[in-house]
Amino acid sequence: MSEVTSKAQRTIKLKTRRALIAYGFLVIPLLFFLCIRIYPTLYAFSLSFRAHNASGFTLDNYSTLFHDHVFWRSVLNTLLYVIITVPLQMAFGLLIALGIEKIHHFRWFYRVIYFLPYITSIVAVSWVWRLMFDENTGVLNHVLAWFHIAPQGWLADPSEALLSVSIVMIWQAMGFSMLIFMAGIQAIPRQLYEAAQIDGSSSWKMFWRITFPLLNPTLVFLAVTGVISALQTFTQIQNLTAGGGQTAGGPLNSTSSMVVYMFNNAFTNFNMEYASAVTVTLFILILIVTLIQLKIINRSFDY
Amino acid sequence: MFLVMGLLVLSLTACGGDSEGSSKGKTTITYWQYTFPEKVTEIKALIKKFEAENPNIKVVAQDFPYDQYNQKIAAAMNAKKGPDIMNLFYGWLPQYQKNGYIQAIPEDFMSTKAIDQFYNPMIQSSKIDGKYYGLPTAVRSLALFWNKDLFKAAGLDPEKPPKTWDQLVEMAKKMTKIKANGQYEQEGFAWNVDGQDYHTFEEVLLRQWGVQPFSHDGKKVLWNSSPEGLKAFEYWVNMTKKDKIGDGKFLQGYNTAFKAGKAAMMIDGSFSIAATKEAAKFDWGVTTLPVREEGGTESNYGSYWTNSIAKGVSGAKLKASEKFLKFLISEDTEKEWMDKVGELPASAALGNDPSIIKDPIYGPFVRGLKNAHATMFVDEAKERTAIANAVDKILLKNAPIDQTFEELVKEQQRIRDDYYK
Repeated sequence: MSEVTSKAQRTIKLKTRRALIAYGFLVIPLLFFLCIRIYPTLYAFSLSFRAHNASGFTLDNYSTLFHDHVFWRSVLNTLLYVIITVPLQMAFGLLIALGIEKIHHFRWFYRVIYFLPYITSIVAVSWVWRLMFDENTGVLNHVLAWFHIAPQGWLADPSEALLSVSIVMIWQAMGFSMLIFMAGIQAIPRQLYEAAQIDGSSSWKMFWRITFPLLNPTLVFLAVTGVISALQTFTQIQNLTAGGGQTAGGPLNSTSSMVVYMFNNAFTNFNMEYASAVTVTLFILILIVTLIQLKIINRSFDY
Repeated sequence: MFLVMGLLVLSLTACGGDSEGSSKGKTTITYWQYTFPEKVTEIKALIKKFEAENPNIKVVAQDFPYDQYNQKIAAAMNAKKGPDIMNLFYGWLPQYQKNGYIQAIPEDFMSTKAIDQFYNPMIQSSKIDGKYYGLPTAVRSLALFWNKDLFKAAGLDPEKPPKTWDQLVEMAKKMTKIKANGQYEQEGFAWNVDGQDYHTFEEVLLRQWGVQPFSHDGKKVLWNSSPEGLKAFEYWVNMTKKDKIGDGKFLQGYNTAFKAGKAAMMIDGSFSIAATKEAAKFDWGVTTLPVREEGGTESNYGSYWTNSIAKGVSGAKLKASEKFLKFLISEDTEKEWMDKVGELPASAALGNDPSIIKDPIYGPFVRGLKNAHATMFVDEAKERTAIANAVDKILLKNAPIDQTFEELVKEQQRIRDDYYK
């Protein structure tokens, strides 16, 4: 009897020891996560309820935010970025993926070409685009001139600037969509196409009845990641519109996104408290969007 | 597990702990500035000299790109990891003081009165509540740079730059090349808002049109105190809108356009001399800023970068910082600074040095200093953005000039009211 209990004790000990070791290893990332993510997040929350250069609880930051037309412009712009870039970068990615699927030689070459923008430095690429967009000397207006089209303002024109920034974002993200779509397409069983061919379906019909529905999980994944990254857009805007004494988001706030507006408040106006309020609003917005998307993502797919 | 945690906590605190400070009686101080190549090189040379004179002080100099400089300081100061001394544009001082990033120059080091006497009077505009929060090594003023080759090519006398604004516009028109589709190929005048030209509007044009830009205490914006203010603004904006002698966005910046030989004239400070010398593959000259009519009021915009001691610096570090500051503002340093960096001596005595006034390139700047006004900024970044946005509205959205001007004055007043409330 006593031998049994001592054995049991030993196994428990071994179990606890194992668990302890596991926890020990978990502690490292956990601590890292607490210090680098959770603590700053909570700190930003508390900061947003403080007045600038004063102590005490206040809701002033939020009430100012509510009446701040530049903020609302940034919210609108952020939503526009999502609406414009996400569907288009997915559509182009799908088109390219389908195209590459059709060819048999040098497939790797095309894959590399279309994926290249995604792995190039956003900063470097934004500056190249900035020079291409230049009103007076840019290559884009030069090309337009061949077709006798009047030169456009691109980034300099408030009504075109947001679209110009979106073009860069789409161009850069579509390579990623392409890669994911290619993986998705390859996962579709060949037999389905063979069966459809025997039944005499056109390739148009096959796309809409087989490829597209079976790509649903891929579409959802790309939509979720695309929306989140579009909501957080910053680098492209900063590098396309800031510099030489101009803060990012111009001209006339036409390209300012929520993150850009937060950044300008925090680091050009040094108003960390107000910037925190912007961040909290963005946090809530992303949270809502993600919750909705998770609902969709968890829907099961019947094939 | 607790051991692991304990170790982690230890290592974390070690990373976050104060790693600088004095070791073996040697005090280390940090100096921050933005990356202006001539200044970075010169500061390195000066530090070597300073450290040789003060073997028990070590100065670590760091520099950051201009576009990130303020961000870097804000982040570092909020994380209590800032520098001991930082080089700041004088227009930023009110915000830095308000945010508690910098401390007043200690009275026992250099009294306000002593500073008033030592320096060119224009630096008095950066007094906050009767105290100074930074001391400059050098001051700058503006002048007109002109490209002699482009003058010749347009049939103008390359040795006769414009003396009045009307002449400038007339000459610039002759040197501007615009394609049929409206694109600029060459500018007559590198017109801009966010470079030096908004200063030119506020401190030169307004004053020459008889308008004092701000009240003496800096609290009131007086641009529209007489109808002449609007006229000056119209004149300035119409250089690009109606006369089409230059475009602020041409070639990504006014001085890039000038250096590339694609702009015949530009207004810039003496700090551009070194870079222009290096880049310009053409013959160029510098002259004093134009006036409204010959013999009329001369005016100029003066500005400077100050060296400020960070808030919280005390004890041995403060003493070391003071010593370094004293070294930075000494007459020897000021002279060397002019030769190497191209900024003019800040002390009143050196500003009247006849050998400097006669210099063909520095001369116009030093003469400009006599009538220079340093704008009493409360928030330079916001004030600049406000005027840039107003000009954008006029140029890009065809907003009426008079109405936009009224809104701009209101906006500028609001920025001041926010600061002084």
